[in-house]
Amino acid sequence: MNSSKKKEGMMKPENGEKKISRRSFIKGLSIAAAAGSAGLVTGGCGSLGNTEEMGLKWEEYFKKNYRLMSQKEKDETVARLVRLAKMKDDRDIQMSNAEPRENVLYGYAFNISRCKGYMDCVEACVQENNLDRKSKTQYIRLFEMDSGQLDPTSGDGKYHHEVPVADKFYMGVQCYHCENAPCIKACPTKATWREPDGIVVVDYDWCIGCRYCLAACPYWGRRFNWGTPEVPEEEINRKQHYLGNRMRMKGVMEKCTFCVQRTRQGKLPACAEACPTGSRVFGNLLDPDSEIRFVLKNKKVFRFKEELGTDPKFWYFMD
Amino acid sequence: MSVRRDAKEKTMTTNPNQGRSFISDCMRWSLSGGIGFKIYIIALLAVMAVGAFSYTRQFQEGLIITGMSDIVSWGLYISNFTFFVGVAAAAVMLILPAYMLKDKDLHEVVIIGECVAVGALVMCLMFITVDMGGPLKVWHMIPGIGLFNWPSSILTWDMLVLNGYLALNSLVPLYILYCNYHNREPVGWKYKPFVFLSIFWAVSIHMTTAFLYQGLPARPFWNNPLLGPRFLASAFAAGPAVIMVVLIAIKQNTKYSVDEQIFLKLKRIIVVSAVINLLMLFSEVFKEFYTFTHHSLSAQYLFFGLEGHNSLVPWIWTAISLNIIGTLLFAFDPTKGNPRYLMVAAISLFTGIWIEKGFGLIIPGFVPSPMGEVVDYAPTSNEILITLGVLATGALVVTMLIKPALAVLLKYKEAKAKILK
Ligand code: SF4
Ligand code: SF4
Repeated sequence: MNSSKKKEGMMKPENGEKKISRRSFIKGLSIAAAAGSAGLVTGGCGSLGNTEEMGLKWEEYFKKNYRLMSQKEKDETVARLVRLAKMKDDRDIQMSNAEPRENVLYGYAFNISRCKGYMDCVEACVQENNLDRKSKTQYIRLFEMDSGQLDPTSGDGKYHHEVPVADKFYMGVQCYHCENAPCIKACPTKATWREPDGIVVVDYDWCIGCRYCLAACPYWGRRFNWGTPEVPEEEINRKQHYLGNRMRMKGVMEKCTFCVQRTRQGKLPACAEACPTGSRVFGNLLDPDSEIRFVLKNKKVFRFKEELGTDPKFWYFMD
Repeated sequence: MSVRRDAKEKTMTTNPNQGRSFISDCMRWSLSGGIGFKIYIIALLAVMAVGAFSYTRQFQEGLIITGMSDIVSWGLYISNFTFFVGVAAAAVMLILPAYMLKDKDLHEVVIIGECVAVGALVMCLMFITVDMGGPLKVWHMIPGIGLFNWPSSILTWDMLVLNGYLALNSLVPLYILYCNYHNREPVGWKYKPFVFLSIFWAVSIHMTTAFLYQGLPARPFWNNPLLGPRFLASAFAAGPAVIMVVLIAIKQNTKYSVDEQIFLKLKRIIVVSAVINLLMLFSEVFKEFYTFTHHSLSAQYLFFGLEGHNSLVPWIWTAISLNIIGTLLFAFDPTKGNPRYLMVAAISLFTGIWIEKGFGLIIPGFVPSPMGEVVDYAPTSNEILITLGVLATGALVVTMLIKPALAVLLKYKEAKAKILK
């Protein structure tokens, strides 16, 4: 949502009355709230002098849910965020809003007989996705399991020793990008949804931080930003995506996005690329020649908590 | 109905400025009181101020200063929210007999029940707000300008029913009081439909809140068909107990006389609900422990501790003891309605249910986590101060509503008596 006058004048007539009233409503609201909350919205008084920054933050605050934006509005919000990163932290970032690719549905398979528990995937994920170093947030977790078990909840998710250990095997878990995702159903504001390519994303700017989705996820696939995430400036991954690894703020939900910033460029997710044993298979389920299709067809595959009917796009398999 | 006609005639002669004087009189009534009352109000305001200050800290630093984590992601706030939804819903236990069964005694105090409900709802909405990561973004939830995930998300249902119930429970008493203030009998068709609606609505706020938890396949401890009904039973015991405490306080501190009969009737309501609640509790405990499955781990954590984590164990046993003691005290009352005795019984019952419905329900739902982790949760002092602030706000709201309501009713009663003479 854009409240600057100039843009309102440019509105196309076919956009109709509804939008105008919505816009003017929000404008009225914003004027009413302006005096009191401007400082709050823009995060403290600090640099009240910088009117451009104030204006950008203001427009960011009143924008729509990403899914309802026109392409132009998406481009504008991305441009604003890039500009704000420059102004606030003197950081040059590239932010993409690449749309899902045609005829692509992502799927992931994990080879439990090959993984040795090295954690390179976890490391790569933390770097790639600008995860909070302070709280040691991780999207991926590896569970060390005794043979005879196939349920990670009975394994050890906090091992600190040299791997591999004889008689143990390893199981990686993360968001499974469920087709019938309880987290999406739960969200009161539609701040989280499943993209046409199967990636379940969060609009960080739209999330109100109620954590209902976290309670609803049967796989513990979501992470909440209890405080403001911290990443050392030199470690920040500057290639970002609006729905992916851009910097999060406090009070919002985040999760694995199959590295949307990479996969929509045709690359592998960071975890799959980093894995030294080739245990992680990622690809397009709609492509009959893809490796993932080969695995699903020829290996012994299973899914975790199948009985819940969430239909995850994530499988485990054995050689 | 000569009373009514006389009352009507009398209104004709009063001055037309009464809308304004209604408001100013009510404000005057709610603020006036003796020294004890002033101390009470100042104490509430002080607690609220401390709570507000603590909240500014949380607002700036984020929820990180609470005891919650990715594993136990709801804590003291949502626990209290859940309990007070029950208290709000419990007003129906007065509304139903008063308006539907035309019970004269309960009709006398129904307005107090409604004031308590309004206070409870204000607390509920505040608890939800302080629990949010992005409180400034709440407008995203407003239908029309935000994006409302209705009917899919139960949380949106909950928002609707809570606000609707708040509106019903404020407007109906407001209308009745406004009429009484002007020495008029309220016109039945203007408010009765809303009373019936609010009866249905009270049940719905509580069931919806139960469904909030019950509908999550990820959490076997909540994913239990008894959750909703049990919520109602416990609420219908705890809510009237809270109302009873308020009534005793009124009886002892004001000119307003509360009839003995009212306490006896409330007692009956409480006993029936409390016994049903205990039966259901027993049924749940039986299910969890007779056939011990993977899904019983949360109950094990709650009642006996798990892997050395047992922070909830003393709480739940205290809660159950208080619950049983309160129920027994109400059921076998040798004093036949002595207010001091009832006060003790009511406080032990609602404290028991408060712990059980709050801590005992919300926290173990998260433990063990879906990945099997067991962690303890303990609220931080900041969290506790914010919670106390919200509770004080609720108490203040209830007080500020009840005082003018009673003054109006008293005045109306006197006027009616005069006319009858
Ligand atoms: S794994 Fe959890 S967070 Fe991921 S899509 Fe499924 S329910 Fe949602
Ligand atoms: S925390 Fe955010 S994404 Fe999750 S349910 Fe709440 S608003 Fe939706």
